[in-house]
Amino acid sequence: MNAPVALSARLARGTEAGQTRAAPVAAGGLDLLEALRSALGALAANKLRAVLTGLGIFIGVAAVIATVSVGAGARQQVLGQIQSLGANLLVIWPGSVNQAGVRLGAGQRPNLTWDDAQALLEVPGIVAVSGNIRGQNQVVAGNANWSTSVQGSDPDLFAVQDWALEDGRFFTAEEARGARKVVVLGATVAEALFGDEGAVGQEIRVRSTPFEVIGVLARKGQNPMGQDQDDVAVIPFWTARRSVMGANRVWARGVNWISLKVEDGADMAEAAEEVRSLMRQRHRLAANEPDDFNLRNMSDVAATFDASAKTLSMLLASAAAVSLLVGGIGVMNIMLVSVTERTREIGLRLAIGARRRDILAQFLIEAVVLALLGGAVGVAAGIGLSHALGRVAGWPVLIQMDAVALAVGVSALTGLFFGFWPARRAARLDPIAALRHD
Amino acid sequence: MLLIETQGLTKHYAAGEGTVAALSGVSLAVSPGEFVAAMGPSGSGKSTFLNLIGCLDRPTRGEYRLVGEDVSRLPPDRLAGIRNRRLGFVFQSFNLLPRADALANVELPLVYGSVGRRERRERAAAMLALVGLGERMHHRPSQLSGGQQQRVAIARALVNEPDLILADEPTGALDSRTGLEIMALLQGMNREGVAVLMVTHDAEIARFASRCLRFHDGRLVADEAQAPAAASAELAALDDGGARAA
Repeated sequence: MNAPVALSARLARGTEAGQTRAAPVAAGGLDLLEALRSALGALAANKLRAVLTGLGIFIGVAAVIATVSVGAGARQQVLGQIQSLGANLLVIWPGSVNQAGVRLGAGQRPNLTWDDAQALLEVPGIVAVSGNIRGQNQVVAGNANWSTSVQGSDPDLFAVQDWALEDGRFFTAEEARGARKVVVLGATVAEALFGDEGAVGQEIRVRSTPFEVIGVLARKGQNPMGQDQDDVAVIPFWTARRSVMGANRVWARGVNWISLKVEDGADMAEAAEEVRSLMRQRHRLAANEPDDFNLRNMSDVAATFDASAKTLSMLLASAAAVSLLVGGIGVMNIMLVSVTERTREIGLRLAIGARRRDILAQFLIEAVVLALLGGAVGVAAGIGLSHALGRVAGWPVLIQMDAVALAVGVSALTGLFFGFWPARRAARLDPIAALRHD
Repeated sequence: MLLIETQGLTKHYAAGEGTVAALSGVSLAVSPGEFVAAMGPSGSGKSTFLNLIGCLDRPTRGEYRLVGEDVSRLPPDRLAGIRNRRLGFVFQSFNLLPRADALANVELPLVYGSVGRRERRERAAAMLALVGLGERMHHRPSQLSGGQQQRVAIARALVNEPDLILADEPTGALDSRTGLEIMALLQGMNREGVAVLMVTHDAEIARFASRCLRFHDGRLVADEAQAPAAASAELAALDDGGARAA
């Protein structure tokens, strides 16, 4: 045996040192890098198994991200539609009325007047008001004709509904007072009647009454009920009353609904309450009588929509979370198999000085790495899937970074949680029995 | 200071209703640098003795001092530390990690001993060179012969510069010639100052130890010093014989 001199000297020194060493120093731990390397090696040794197990986590994470992102996108879509009705919007519809003890359905009898609308302008916090009537009418321009909602409103309507102009101008208070025959067209109507030509300055006829087109509204798209908000022709209220709708003798001053804009930053609920009390006063309702009108706070509607959309996406996300849970059980299953298969390895590691916590850490890290790899691929797939779904459904897609972080965190936790039991089993093995295992 | 000192070392195992005495009242002392063989039929207690001396198990009764330190009552993680720094293990079935190459296998005890990466590499490589596998450091166990695998295992047992190597039937899975090579290697290491405690049921192999313990029914029945046979000389003779025959 011709061992190198240096080494034999070291071996001899080791023995001497061993004899003089009084108490052994506490053994250090396994370093993390080494543990990661070892975990990746162990997973690479069983690639198919690792891939299949990771697939469970992958599907769960992808599903969570896709449902949350698509849900958020759909929610934003609906909220956008509600916002498109106008910010800080209050709407008053006729309510049900008691007439000689017979309760009539809401809107059966119009009981809102243009004067109600004007009076509401006095309520503090209300910055714009419009009384509106609406009817379905045929509008004609040259050879083209189109059936649309002809709406009589006050000039404030455009402010109330945050409606911008594509071209031309709105009608003025002067024109409204004078009941002039001017019309502002919604984008859909302008396109139907004039195509690409400029509509402003042209003439249209409504019920054979000629109107001058003075403006075209910017496109708003669908409202939350799916109606095209741009399929409308807006004319001054009194013009509508006199020239289009035909005067109703009883309700000559009646309106179908009143829309109001509350000042930015004002308390919507408070403003709504003020409006309600003035309306009750004007309608001479006794304290015990119910409202004969319906007051809608559109921000409440938005909140309701938002809450139900949130509930729906929570529901979807929890279904997705269940698949993550199933993926986690897959991780646990495979880790248990792995611990059993590698019992001898564990025995050996214990024999050469691994402490229980080293073994625990080794298998935990392996489970977490497995789950995280599945999770990382799942994030990519989830984002891809969200975009694909968004494209198919025509929704905007909002990748929720918190959902991504949550999904990755949850997959790591899944590995940790479902890896713990197998790892603990490994760590508690008796080294002698483990070494004899086959 | 004595390397091993046991006083009435006893191990009982629960078996059904009662207990089985796997080892009863073994008292002995081993000095540093000895080469001790523990013999006996299966069930004689020699493996239990090895497990206790190897700090893989704790005695039911009795005392065990390793390099002066009483280790018979230490908790599992302290024992792990002792195994890591004072002891090296060689098994019949080698117990190498199949996925790791020879170098990584030899490095393993140093990993648990918190030795830095570079030093680990150097020491493991030097140890592999010492057992004659300097050219095969990056071979996996499956690419090595049985004798070479056992050499890797011996390098792994030595890499932490232990006081004592515990060998459990180290030649049991090898043909007699390869077994002889392994014994020559162990004797060589022993001459460098590392004590060896080897469990075997094979008298042929026990000849290479300088002291022979015999176990029977859990008791130490004989403890004799002997003049060890020289494995390297027998190996040379075997090669001569082979050459002459050819």
